[in-house]
Amino acid sequence: MAESLANKGWEPKFVAIVCNWCTYAGADLAGISRIQYPPNVRIIRVPCTGRINPFYIVKALQSGADGVLVSG
Amino acid sequence: MLKDNEKVGAVMVVGSGIAGIQASLDLANSGMKVYLVENGISIGGVMAQLDKTFPTNDCSACILSPKLVEVGRHPNVEIKTRRTVESVEGEPGKFKIKLTSAPRYVNLNKCTGCGDCANVCPVSVPAGFNGNLSERKAIYRHFPQAIPSGFAIDKLGTSPCKSNCPTHISVQGYVALIGQGKFKEALKLIKQDNPFPIVCGRVCNHPCETACMRGKVDEAIDIMHLKQFVADLDLNADTRYLPEKKESKGKKVAVVGAGPSGLTCAYYLAIEGYDVEVFESLPVAGGWLAVGIPEYRLPKKVLKAEIKVIEDLGVKIHLNTRIGKDISFDKLKADFNAIFIGCGTMKSSKLNIPGEDMQGVIHGVDYLMKINLGEKISLGDKVAVIGGGNVAMDAVRTAVRTGSKEVFILYRRTRAEMPAAPEEIEEAIEEGVEMKFLVAPKRVVGKDGKVSGIECTRMELGEPDASGRRRPIEIKGSEFIVECDAILPAIGQEADLSFITKESGVSINKWNNVDFDKVTYATNIAGIFTGGDVATGPQTVVKAVFAGKEAAKSINRYLLGEDIKLGREKDWTKDLADKADVSQFAKVPREKYPLMKPEDRKTNFKEVGLGFDEAQAVAEAQRCLNCGICSECYQCVDACIAKAIDHDMTVEEETIEVGAVIASPGFETFDARLRGEFGYGIYKNVVTALQFERILSASGPFFGHVQRISDGKEPKKVAFIQCVGSRDVSCDNSWCSSVCCMYATKEAIIAKEHAKGLEPTIFYMDIRAHGKDFDRFVNRAKGEYGIRYIRSMPSVIKELQQTNNLLIKYVNQDGTLNEEEFDMVVLSVGLMPPKEAKQLAANMGIELEEHGFCKTSLENPVQTSRPGVFVCGAFGGPKDIPETVMEASAAAACAEGLLAAKRGTMITPVDNPEEKDMRGTGVRTGVFVCHCGINIGGVVDVPAVRDYAATLPTVVYTADNLFTCSQDTAVKMAEVIKEKDLTRVVVASCSPRTHEGLFQENCEKAGLNRYLFEMANIRDQNSWVHMHEPEAATEKAKDLLRMAVAKAQYLKPLKPGQLSVNHQALIIGGGLAGMTAALSLADQGFASFIVEKDDRLGGNYNHLYKTLEGLDTRAHLKGLLDKIYKNPLITVLTSAHIEKIEGFIGNYKTTVKVKEGEKVFEHGVVIVAAGAYENKTREYLYGQNAAVKTQRELETLIYEKDPKLASVKNVVMIQCVGSRDNERPYCSRYCCSEAVKNALELKAADPSRDITIIYRDIRTFAFKEDYYKKARELNIKFISYEEDRKPEVVSSGDKVEVKVFDPILNEQVSLPADIVALSIGVVPNPENAAIGQMLKVPTNQDGFFLEAHVKLRPVDFQTDGVFMCGMAHSPKFSDETITQANAAVSRAVMVLCLDFKINCPYSAIQVNVAEGCAEVNTVLCKGCGVCTASCRMNAADLNGFNNEEVLAQIFNLN
Repeated sequence: MAESLANKGWEPKFVAIVCNWCTYAGADLAGISRIQYPPNVRIIRVPCTGRINPFYIVKALQSGADGVLVSG
Repeated sequence: MLKDNEKVGAVMVVGSGIAGIQASLDLANSGMKVYLVENGISIGGVMAQLDKTFPTNDCSACILSPKLVEVGRHPNVEIKTRRTVESVEGEPGKFKIKLTSAPRYVNLNKCTGCGDCANVCPVSVPAGFNGNLSERKAIYRHFPQAIPSGFAIDKLGTSPCKSNCPTHISVQGYVALIGQGKFKEALKLIKQDNPFPIVCGRVCNHPCETACMRGKVDEAIDIMHLKQFVADLDLNADTRYLPEKKESKGKKVAVVGAGPSGLTCAYYLAIEGYDVEVFESLPVAGGWLAVGIPEYRLPKKVLKAEIKVIEDLGVKIHLNTRIGKDISFDKLKADFNAIFIGCGTMKSSKLNIPGEDMQGVIHGVDYLMKINLGEKISLGDKVAVIGGGNVAMDAVRTAVRTGSKEVFILYRRTRAEMPAAPEEIEEAIEEGVEMKFLVAPKRVVGKDGKVSGIECTRMELGEPDASGRRRPIEIKGSEFIVECDAILPAIGQEADLSFITKESGVSINKWNNVDFDKVTYATNIAGIFTGGDVATGPQTVVKAVFAGKEAAKSINRYLLGEDIKLGREKDWTKDLADKADVSQFAKVPREKYPLMKPEDRKTNFKEVGLGFDEAQAVAEAQRCLNCGICSECYQCVDACIAKAIDHDMTVEEETIEVGAVIASPGFETFDARLRGEFGYGIYKNVVTALQFERILSASGPFFGHVQRISDGKEPKKVAFIQCVGSRDVSCDNSWCSSVCCMYATKEAIIAKEHAKGLEPTIFYMDIRAHGKDFDRFVNRAKGEYGIRYIRSMPSVIKELQQTNNLLIKYVNQDGTLNEEEFDMVVLSVGLMPPKEAKQLAANMGIELEEHGFCKTSLENPVQTSRPGVFVCGAFGGPKDIPETVMEASAAAACAEGLLAAKRGTMITPVDNPEEKDMRGTGVRTGVFVCHCGINIGGVVDVPAVRDYAATLPTVVYTADNLFTCSQDTAVKMAEVIKEKDLTRVVVASCSPRTHEGLFQENCEKAGLNRYLFEMANIRDQNSWVHMHEPEAATEKAKDLLRMAVAKAQYLKPLKPGQLSVNHQALIIGGGLAGMTAALSLADQGFASFIVEKDDRLGGNYNHLYKTLEGLDTRAHLKGLLDKIYKNPLITVLTSAHIEKIEGFIGNYKTTVKVKEGEKVFEHGVVIVAAGAYENKTREYLYGQNAAVKTQRELETLIYEKDPKLASVKNVVMIQCVGSRDNERPYCSRYCCSEAVKNALELKAADPSRDITIIYRDIRTFAFKEDYYKKARELNIKFISYEEDRKPEVVSSGDKVEVKVFDPILNEQVSLPADIVALSIGVVPNPENAAIGQMLKVPTNQDGFFLEAHVKLRPVDFQTDGVFMCGMAHSPKFSDETITQANAAVSRAVMVLCLDFKINCPYSAIQVNVAEGCAEVNTVLCKGCGVCTASCRMNAADLNGFNNEEVLAQIFNLN
């Protein structure tokens, strides 16, 4: 899917698994404030970081993520 | 009294700070309809401006925002912004309230809050929300999370320039656009109202400049030449502005005369889609502009360019075609659907003096016309021009240019009365023209029919005439002759109306002008319109343009068959933006408009004005004061894709019926400029605490970087000065503002956290840390953060010129003088009643107390002087956030008490269709991708994402919408769900945090379970943060959408758990808190059980006689007991002990042991009102010497009128006994006031008594400060001591002596005392821990109960269904206890009023011993998901975020 990007050289892809109440809200606020950051992250929202099962992180890495950010 | 069935189940809450929000939520969640009225543009009040909150340093915006969203989306709350309460009529239970609404100019139903409008707005003004430390646009919202999230426009009125301009162009608008370099936009804006900017940029009499507010500061803006600057864009084909034409209407309009009015009319009619033909008798188009105004003022080629635009719109101009000669007027009438007569006044008026027909007399109009048409005319050397208008100036200056040597003006008044433009007169004089004033012609003198001179008389000025100018009066016998070769009279013009036939019926008046309607420019004959000089007599170009434009509007309406007059009358002199204080503006000189030098221009017809260059134009435009704020440039209208902006909104009135009113308009901060010695407003680095709050805020003007205003550098030494505008009789603010000591401490701590090297110093009089955990906070500030506290009030601040540092002069306690330099000073400004308090109180029919805050009842601090109207928050007196929130809930409870019978009668019913049967349907996903105007679509390739979605598994339907959240899309979505039989819906748009609920409702309305919905956030977390990477953002959008679709297939329909609710309450403790709560519950119709362990009700209240404010508490208590024992809904159990509490919210079972045995009650909620105790002390010889007593004992002696007191002359009181020490590091709050109360009583009984209060800080906060002040005035002495230097009490017989170090005398003093009264503090109820265990609720480290949230949930526990009030929470006054009890009831009723409860607390997992496994009580589960991650057997899972669902997203990353 990302051939167009691939042509420009390798770009890492990160997964962020974040708490709905703080980090996800923070990511929204970044948008509202139009703070620009690289488009290499895909955010997955969970109700609480306590819900994150460690194997999510492993599975994400297995699925091709170059890094996983857990924030909450 | 109204009967219950006559009442209205709605409440109006006036003011929407945290007080109003909390009251609204409590009411709305208890089945009341709420109108939340706000005079600003959004809710949130001052709390939204705060950075952090004390003493927990929670982020203020973070804790407030969820409340904003909740109230914003609550179906029972209607938020009404920009409203003012005009009157409140009626009685408790049924009020009629009249509101007026100021226009917002943005339709909130359409505005999506995208902010595109603000991006294009050219007007910047100081952002009040940021303490004026940054700028915002004229269209704005205060902060990104604001509710309502839509924008608003500020207009102070019509700017005077626009009002005074005859065509009412948005002058401020195009000036602002020029200032921004948006020249094309400026031209377009001008042309909306005037198609002749090239002309009016050169030859207008510019009344706009006369009205310009900048003129009050220095000189008016050079508006005319700014217009010329942008208008000249039309000279160039590349930059020319050709407006868009509407579709042809197939109708023909004839225009007689190609002057400014006729061509203007033609221009606007052409745009409207009419076929317009213009008939002109002259060989050129332009009328007077072409043949009257000389080339050097208005070059022919620029005029032609302007007219070319009109021709390019399709207007046909027939030159050399005279109506009445070449074509008859009647033929025009027959051939065209409408006619506009705009043929001007081209005939010159006669002087009517002898000799006027001699050779050499040539009328100015004829002279100019001939010259302009290319004729060569030689006038001779000496030329007299008669008149003082612009034609006279044109004639005289043209004469100069055609070679006459001596050219002069004869004018019968003086220069001041000359109607010509001042710059014309100036330029004529520069070119050598002589002006002879107060001279009138009598007779032309000549020889052989040829002029040789003119006989004149001298004039003098008399009384003003109709024109307002002084009338010239002839001086008899002053005749004299002026020699000249030619005379050019230029005294007036007339119309030539010979072409209008009698048969046409058009009425012509006695001045030989066409009669017309002043608004519509219609003549007496339908279909024939007129305007310009032919209708009004000679006027200005700009007035002719206006006439043409208005006539075009009429013709359009006439041809559409509409009422031509309806709604068009407007008084432009009203609502002017001319009231602003202009004294603050710095002077900026007007740009000098470049002119050709007089010697270069005298000999030719080259244009005199050279035009501004771009830099000059921009600089000149930026001088504009933006006096109207919004400039009405209408850029926002174009930018708004949602079409939400409406500049024509007007003030509206409405009347609303409610049962009760809650006033919560809040407060405002003291204007620090009134304390001139601190230099606020003059020294840049002196800021107010609220400004500093914004400086600290990450969303503030400096993004949280602590910096000075003067140079942006990080300060090192920052001084906080307390009590600015508080405890200060010099500015009439005697009260203490209650919160400043704490907020200064907080700001000092946060500032130090932001800038590690910071050294804050707080200058104070007393540190008032009287709230729960406040002292601990101050101790941390001192100990951990090293913040310096100096007990002193600085006398003056001086700014050091080089560094902009500030030199603070202050006196130490021992009287020595100190000076210290600081980098920055923060003034802890006090809290004042809101500005509108007086008016609001008058309109609401409530009284204010002496300081201007709302007057409240001693027995119930949320009751105003008017029954049915309640108050909460700082309007009732300065207070902090938790107190405000408690009052808000208490006010809600009181309102509900009044309206309980009408609960649920006015709320919005939820009416959803039955959920559809999905069995056998499988996963059918519909995807809706949103453009969000250009917010997403401007970055992400939305159609590509939509097409991509169609390729994903399970997707059966895709669509893209301009705004997915709009009402029409919602309807469409519901239809599609049904039509396409969708079982999953995925929306790719904004954030689920703001919009999930809305889309879920759409699903429900279509019969789809709301939990079968999923969102992909491609705006907030994609298009907005990758604005410059459209390709990558599109890829990311596809990824996010694919992940969402993948997750959606695993979603399951969910049903909320339900459990019935028992409608009774258990109240633990029968003191003032418990009794008040029971009565308040009973008011609302709920039964309660009071469990009191003593043998009587009343608790600590039994020991109180009077409050400081004068409430007779004995009588109050008696009244309460009476009511309680009479109330059938209240069961009282004394000498009772709780054995066991089982169950959870809605379903409790409690076992109580009483004398008679055990009793079991079922109830739905628990109110903990277990109280607290007076400490027992052994300090200061208490219990060893009878002269040493507690304050409570002293109070009993006083009010029981004990004879022992008669001989007492010397009284010493010692404060903080057993409080604020290591063992109990908290303040007991009421002791200072109790000491002052007893001291005042003792002094009143015997003024000769010598009373000394030995204290650490006197904490008589809010209005209690007045009593402290009174005590000082009555010569009660106050000596402060430090914790490490306590006073000492020594026995001497039956008397005692108190030894204490006096810091002012700087020595030890010895005070003899007949009585030493100890202010001993409060200790928590020792049973708190046991109660806490039974209810699974915590206590804090001091042993008081710990609330769910210190700021916003002060009477709740984390455990739902359990509430607290009174001293179980923390030490407090009796009136505060009453408020808190009512607040607890308000919160409890939110549960009790439900039939079923659907969502609950922790401890949701219990072991089912019988089954041998863990069970989740779905009612109790909060859905955090912690169990799922910790379950080793993977047995636990979480709906909406189960393993399958989350993993589906992870697996679909690529």
